[in-house]
Amino acid sequence: MRPPSPSIPEREFALSVLKQSLRLDGRTPLEMRMPAFRFGPELGWVECALGKTRVVAHVDAKMVKPLPERPFEGIITIHSELSPMASTEYEAGRLSEEEVLLARLLDKVLRRSDAVDKESLCILAGQRVWHLRLTLHFLADAGNILDCACLAGITALKHFRRPDVEVIGDDVTVHPPSSRAPVPLSINHTPLCLTFAFFIDPETPPILDPAQLEATLSSGSMTLAMNAQRELCVVQKAGGVPLPVDEILRLVEVGVQKVKELDVLVEAALQEDWKGRRIEVR
Amino acid sequence: MLMSGLVLPGDVIPNTSKSSLKLGPGLLQLSSTSSKHVISTRAGLLNQTANGSSFWVESNSRRYVPAPQEGVIGVVTARAGGGEAYRVDIGSAHPAQLDGLAFEGATKRNRPILKVGSLVYARVSLAHKDMEPELECFDAQTRKSEGFGELKGGFMVKCSLGMCRLLLNARHFLLPLLGSTFPLEVAVGTNGRVWIQSGEVKQIIIVARCIEAADPDGGRMDENQIKTFLQKIDP
Repeated sequence: MRPPSPSIPEREFALSVLKQSLRLDGRTPLEMRMPAFRFGPELGWVECALGKTRVVAHVDAKMVKPLPERPFEGIITIHSELSPMASTEYEAGRLSEEEVLLARLLDKVLRRSDAVDKESLCILAGQRVWHLRLTLHFLADAGNILDCACLAGITALKHFRRPDVEVIGDDVTVHPPSSRAPVPLSINHTPLCLTFAFFIDPETPPILDPAQLEATLSSGSMTLAMNAQRELCVVQKAGGVPLPVDEILRLVEVGVQKVKELDVLVEAALQEDWKGRRIEVR
Repeated sequence: MLMSGLVLPGDVIPNTSKSSLKLGPGLLQLSSTSSKHVISTRAGLLNQTANGSSFWVESNSRRYVPAPQEGVIGVVTARAGGGEAYRVDIGSAHPAQLDGLAFEGATKRNRPILKVGSLVYARVSLAHKDMEPELECFDAQTRKSEGFGELKGGFMVKCSLGMCRLLLNARHFLLPLLGSTFPLEVAVGTNGRVWIQSGEVKQIIIVARCIEAADPDGGRMDENQIKTFLQKIDP
């Protein structure tokens, strides 16, 4: 059931607020909501919250036969389905436009950017590789569910530990976590997503991390996926608002700063959680 | 003296076999040929009066179920009935119907025209769970507008139903506290929506953030915490 478009007072007020470079929740235009992480008892389960937007990401791994055209690489699949639990806008079973865009972007950012080294997932070439399955559950959508999902996904991949495997000749032994400490995945880089929303009125500045009303009233958006090493992984620009080149470059610079801060936050959260766990006894 | 206990939907309420019993919100009486008992339809705190004659369940949620004689804020989504009526969204399962003549002093020649997207403050005149609710923009007894009608300008925020009930309570601290700081006009709908109008844009944003902060479903701040919060956002 699609929600009705915003009422006239909401639309006029929100646009006038944004024009004055203020926002409805008191943030500055280029300020992002502070992400909060909660790790589950299992390794590879993390709930990421950006304000009221919440996404749970969960990684699990099993051993399979590799694809015949790529016998040395593991397989990574991402499952993300929007259900009405996230918002009344989404219908169960019906593939909405937002869902398609979300799935495509998650695929580009988490899989095709080679964040996880697929060759390290190989156990026995041509016969056994790890199949990593990342499942995303969207609990609540209060705007910008895309960034939240990418953040949750990459944090879950960094949090996950796979069982240690010993290969002697053709003999594969999988050691359970009780006998040998599980091994982290080989993560090449940490891509993090930032979404900017644009408005038709040229005097309204672009905003970072739009909330729900802001996203509904925006006429275009740009998503940048970058890592802390100043590398651009994905640039996705949707909607018909024309942007001058210097504006895009300015936002990329802003993005670089934010990604550095976010990276520090993610690492700190992971370290904090790691201290509270007993994975190996030496 | 009130006594309370936690109940879940479907729980049978004990001590309800009296003949004259008043059931408040959240309770349903099931009667079959063999037995009659009262069950709870919501999760919340069961309360009863001291003499055991009235029972009700206190709970909070965000989805509105229309009940008659409640003041609600709706968004006009379409003109219906050949242009004579309006279809209004009040956040319930079915869209509501507002007749074009259901305003104070409206005649066929002279009545307010509402645009699609305008906000109205109306009273639910008819509400059944299987039918579309109906709205009217005048008070039931006096037939005068008494504040009902179109809400122009300002801003609307959404909150939980429990927060709306708190705001409608004259003894709650929030609105008097904000009203003493700057001029304020507020319309509270029991459907989880609050319309705010004030002098400046910044003031409206402050009120919206305070409502969100004091919401039992959101920030859950009490009076002192809200005062500290106000100091922080409005120096």
